[in-house]
Amino acid sequence: MAVSNFLSKGSLLKQGAEARVYRDIFLGKSTIIKERFPKKYRHPLLDEKLTHRRTVQEVRSIQRCRKAGIPTPVVYFVDYTSHCIFLEDIADSVTVRDHIVSTQHQSHPSPTLEHLAPLAVKVGQILAQMHDEDVVHGDLTTSNMLLRRNGDVEDASELSLVLIDFGLSYISGLPEDKGVDLYVLEKAFLSTHPNTEALFQKLLESYTASSKKSSAVIKKLDEVRLRGRKRSMVG
Amino acid sequence: MTVVIGFEGSANKIGIGIIRDGEVLSNPRRTYITPPGQGFLPSETARHHRGVILTVLKEALEQAALTPADIDCVAYTKGPGMGAPLLTVALVARTVAQLWGRPLVGVNHCIGHVEMGRLITRAHNPTVLYVSGGNTQVIAYSERRYRIFGETIDIAVGNCLDRFARVIKISNDPSPGYNIEQMAKRGSQYVELPYTVKGMDVSFSGIQSYIEEAANKMLASAQCTAEDLCFSLQETLFSMLVEITERAMAHCGSQEVLIVGGVGCNLRLQEMMGVMCKERGAKLFATDERFCIDNGAMIAQAGWEMFRSGQVTELRDSWITQRYRTDEVEVTWRD
Repeated sequence: MAVSNFLSKGSLLKQGAEARVYRDIFLGKSTIIKERFPKKYRHPLLDEKLTHRRTVQEVRSIQRCRKAGIPTPVVYFVDYTSHCIFLEDIADSVTVRDHIVSTQHQSHPSPTLEHLAPLAVKVGQILAQMHDEDVVHGDLTTSNMLLRRNGDVEDASELSLVLIDFGLSYISGLPEDKGVDLYVLEKAFLSTHPNTEALFQKLLESYTASSKKSSAVIKKLDEVRLRGRKRSMVG
Repeated sequence: MTVVIGFEGSANKIGIGIIRDGEVLSNPRRTYITPPGQGFLPSETARHHRGVILTVLKEALEQAALTPADIDCVAYTKGPGMGAPLLTVALVARTVAQLWGRPLVGVNHCIGHVEMGRLITRAHNPTVLYVSGGNTQVIAYSERRYRIFGETIDIAVGNCLDRFARVIKISNDPSPGYNIEQMAKRGSQYVELPYTVKGMDVSFSGIQSYIEEAANKMLASAQCTAEDLCFSLQETLFSMLVEITERAMAHCGSQEVLIVGGVGCNLRLQEMMGVMCKERGAKLFATDERFCIDNGAMIAQAGWEMFRSGQVTELRDSWITQRYRTDEVEVTWRD
């Protein structure tokens, strides 16, 4: 059956930056369909190249993570013509972003660090594991991590976290690439969630403790940060 | 009524503008233009600014039909920018503030761009793409700061364009970016260039090295024309900018985009951003070269907001700084 039939009867969940995301039933399973539609603002040659490369990379990195036991959605089916990926629907989950925002909101103005600390520890552990497999995510934000609602949020070992959106990912063993990966997350994290510096520090500590190769990566992270600071900022 | 005069000279433009409660009364400007193949150096740029600043100041007052007695506050660019030109302009601002007996306000240059864009376009709470010769940032406001969601991790987009212009000797008059834009309109062949987006951040140094190395070789062997290179460079750089803007919008749930900064007056960039916005049902706001490119009114406008919310800069604190991040400023004038 043509993939477009699926899309026409599936329900559009949201239009992300890269793709339209639909929900439908595929072979009896609740499925998320991610369609990388053509971006009309960019040159057709560039668009085709990027779209194809990202679809391939996303599937490849997800497979690699899953083999290593890192939680990501199962890939059910891929169509490289229409650039669609059929993924497991992570039922009853929220983005880490929404979870942090609602936690901060609830306990305002008292400090929220204790409530969120187990989550930061868990994120650090999973990212360490991913980097140890030489998968660089390329787009780490709190919107690209899902938290399953079941389980105790006060206990890191009970938290069920799933990484998604591997479109910008690639395979690399270089500490530089992993350092930039963490730098991108740090900036997205702190700009999205004001006043959470201590929480991010917790995440990094957990990363450092969990990863076998963390010392070189953290050293690079410090270098990249400095690069940002040193950057000449002429108007 | 509050009348604020703004002094801007953080790079090769020197501008002085006067704002009265959201109305631009005057906004004269001069640009230091270097020969093709050359950039502008700090000390020479400062010499240029010293030579014309009093003429520009006179023009600003005359065009506004005001006397110094009508001015309530003197705003100047505190940073970021090139040290020597910043110093020159701050010195004049400090001097007139004391002569006229008016308070000073030191303004962050980037915030000046954002506030000017908001004033001119009436955008309410946009995701801001700030693109110029020295800056590339995607900014959104939350909890009293303009927070930087994405930015370049190395050189600025305008810097990449300017340096390319120098490599193939494109004129700097009126600006290298403008001339690249005109040449790009006549380009047709798309030459593949590196494309580097990292989350909401971008990197231009790879494209820069690649094109510096390849440009003259490709031109010599007639593989493509200079126009084709301008076209391909713009298409690649601007696609990256539109992409990170869209990523920030999706992440923040925003439905408005405002483009500011010198590169922001490029019509091809505005067109591409417009297509992206249409696809998501969002709204695009942009301004023309009068307000996109560095000018005095933008400093006056940010100064006006700061002054009205009770901020002044004491004389002993009226220094300048080459590095001054957008998110360092506490925004006291927005909810």
